[in-house]
Amino acid sequence: MRRLFELGLVLAAALVLAFLFLPLLALFLRVPPNVLVAQLTSDVALDALWISVKTGLIAHVLVLGLGTPAAYLLATREFRGRSLVVSAIEVPLVLPPAVAGIALLTAFGRRGLLGGTFEALGFSIPFTQLAVVLAVAFVAIPFYVRQGIAAFAAVDRTLLDASRTLGATPLRTFVRIALPLAAGGLGAASALAWARGTGEFGATIMFAGSFQGETQTLPLAIYAQLDQNRDTAISIGALLVLFSVAVLLAVKALPRWTRFDSSSLTPFARSASN
Amino acid sequence: MDTLRLFFAHPLRAFRLELELEIAGETVALVGPSGAGKSTVLRAVAGLIRPEAGTISLNGDLWFDADRRVNRAPEDRSVGYVFQDYALFPHLTVERNVAFGGKRGVRELLKRFRIEHLAGARPGQLSGGERQRVGLARALARDPAVLLLDEPLSALDAQTRETVRIELQELLHDLELPTLLVTHDFEDAVALADRVGVLLEGQLLQSGTPAELVAAPADPFVASLTGGNLLAGRARGQANGLTEVILEEGSTVYSTQAASGRVGVIVQPWDVSIAREQPADSALNHIRAPISSLIPLGNRVRVRVGPLTAELTTASVERLGLAIGDNVVASFKATGTRLVPLRGE
Repeated sequence: MRRLFELGLVLAAALVLAFLFLPLLALFLRVPPNVLVAQLTSDVALDALWISVKTGLIAHVLVLGLGTPAAYLLATREFRGRSLVVSAIEVPLVLPPAVAGIALLTAFGRRGLLGGTFEALGFSIPFTQLAVVLAVAFVAIPFYVRQGIAAFAAVDRTLLDASRTLGATPLRTFVRIALPLAAGGLGAASALAWARGTGEFGATIMFAGSFQGETQTLPLAIYAQLDQNRDTAISIGALLVLFSVAVLLAVKALPRWTRFDSSSLTPFARSASN
Repeated sequence: MDTLRLFFAHPLRAFRLELELEIAGETVALVGPSGAGKSTVLRAVAGLIRPEAGTISLNGDLWFDADRRVNRAPEDRSVGYVFQDYALFPHLTVERNVAFGGKRGVRELLKRFRIEHLAGARPGQLSGGERQRVGLARALARDPAVLLLDEPLSALDAQTRETVRIELQELLHDLELPTLLVTHDFEDAVALADRVGVLLEGQLLQSGTPAELVAAPADPFVASLTGGNLLAGRARGQANGLTEVILEEGSTVYSTQAASGRVGVIVQPWDVSIAREQPADSALNHIRAPISSLIPLGNRVRVRVGPLTAELTTASVERLGLAIGDNVVASFKATGTRLVPLRGE
């Protein structure tokens, strides 16, 4: 009976693994490697790769530039409504992508909430590369901020206090102490956010459309090529699988890379009131 | 000489912290149980918390004034803060840790604290005693006007502690900075501080020199905290394998503990017995003197005999018929003594 149970557990795990990896493996088995490489150098694939990298990079600058200070604030400062703000930032994580798309369109669209303002300034956002950037940033920032808060919260507050008593301003304390000590966690968060942004599909197709060489990212190209050239779609899919695996490895490796021996001898003897 | 003045009140979870202190070029220790508000005092002086009311100033230069809305940032107050577990930056080398507060004289500080050979090491590779020295060097690199020490010895094992205590004692003496240190250990306070304040639930119960607190505790809590008698003297080496200590008032006592130089002999009051004539017992130490006070503490009485305080049951005091002015003999065993190094002069 006991061995039967063990056998059942192993069987279930094996089925999960097979179910997950058979489709991924199929991508690589269906198209021979030489065709795969040839398909990836097609115009459609190269255009999509370029758009994905370009918009991804710009969006990532936004994600890191705004997300890092926001995460630091939320991790280190006590203020009323703090947990409400944290929850609000997490809403897009659970939002269906189609809702994100329609929401962005309603806010920044031609007849949207802020559309008139942009129109008056002489430019419109929807169905441009800027729209891709916004859609990607919209879904990636919550990922980054959430992990970033955890990374900063793991930094011993006493070290930040020590820095201040040694004459460092809050800015210098952030740069010299908090950032380096949270770097591993922030790196992992950054990789996850990048992966989430690269995979963005629903919000982008609604808000930015799918124009080759303009707004068509890799996931959108897969969808577009599905009817036209199945081999191209499969090849891009295979490329994204490799990318995802690389991100996963980075996420696992980064926090370990910057882990330091604790300077604390008594980690539990740190109370705020005494 | 620099003088730090603090006078402030701050609510804590269960009580209100209220404190008034003036510290010139001396070391003041705040002693009390954990949770008495000791660290809060240090944090307030450093500017890491904002007290509800009061003022903090150095030589009349206001660091904090609740009424005038003065509250200098921690980096704008000239303090050297040694945290309880030293709070060394784990990602920086020893040298960079020390240089964080001030670039000048880093080499000299490393040399002074005998951590030159560790300059390139990370805090994680150091022993407790080494971390303590790095923490001190780093705090002093800024050339602070005030030194704050939070339980400077509590993170150390018993053996390191003895050595570090003596080193720290010499350092504080040389620095002549207004120093505020907090500890739960009265012995550390005796060894390191010129004056001791006893803090309980946010209130300063009593302050004075260590000897004053031991001799005349104003409160049962102070009595239980200071516990032992403290007899200052000079250890004069060995006799029969025991340490012979010549007390300042002239008599000689013996201890089983090894020490040399100026020491404090600590004897617990309940280890001192009183008799009218010198008893023929096993105790090596006998001091004959008149009774100067009899202080009842519940079912016990504290009897002051010359430099010593004995704690007897009320019944014993009645049986012996003790009264102030009676000439009696106080006895205690050499094994019941502890020796603490005192600052030499």
